[in-house]
Amino acid sequence: MFGCGIYGFITRKNMIAILISLELMLNAVDINFAVFNRFLFPGQMEGMFFSLFAIGLAAAETALAIAIVINVYRAARNVDIRQLTKMKF
Amino acid sequence: MESLGSIIAYFIIAIAIIVFSVLAVTSGKILRAATYLLFVLFATAGIYFQLGYEFLGAVQIAVYAGGIMVLFVFSILLTHKPGANAPRLESHKRWLGLSAALLGAGVCLYSLFDYGSLMVSKMPENFSIDIHQIGRALLSTDKFGYLLPFEAISMLLLACIIGGVVVARKR
Repeated sequence: MFGCGIYGFITRKNMIAILISLELMLNAVDINFAVFNRFLFPGQMEGMFFSLFAIGLAAAETALAIAIVINVYRAARNVDIRQLTKMKF
Repeated sequence: MESLGSIIAYFIIAIAIIVFSVLAVTSGKILRAATYLLFVLFATAGIYFQLGYEFLGAVQIAVYAGGIMVLFVFSILLTHKPGANAPRLESHKRWLGLSAALLGAGVCLYSLFDYGSLMVSKMPENFSIDIHQIGRALLSTDKFGYLLPFEAISMLLLACIIGGVVVARKR
């Protein structure tokens, strides 16, 4: 799942598809936190709280990123990163 | 935990996660990719429920499937013509992505099998964390209390709300 996220992050040419790949990677890391907490230290809750905070962070990050995407779309009428070269240099 | 039914359910969930995440990054239509992402998120919540973290699974469904997917679908519908296909990508890009993905998966698997011997063999039965324990740990200032990150993330969410409004408003 993390590998899928990396693949999509590199190959996709669309800003929203890149965000989807980012969500996949974040979810894989959350699963790892929860599973390692459950199977290595079943009496504690640190991994679960890390997953909880990571989910909150992902929500905030996605909201902000989608606001930026919509703003870029309004400025350039496009979300394809091959054609978004206006802000370079 | 170790009964046959839960093992079968775990394999079904794992296969669903793998298949749908591959489909989500390879599907041509962007709305379809978002739908596959939704299935992946639900399967992740299923894994949390199976591990005994009911609160985490509920948060996953509420935040991801409820909030983030709505944001994704709205932004896709705002910025795309319906039915448009993604163009085929060139081959060197695909190979670069595949090799990076395999490298990341290899690092993950190596660390997993390297530390797999630390795994406790005896599982406590009927493992579950109740909501009182979570709430007390989140708002306590003791040694294992999480009041400071809790407040920090609430400030971060407030900053994100204001930042989102400022970034996306009409000029």
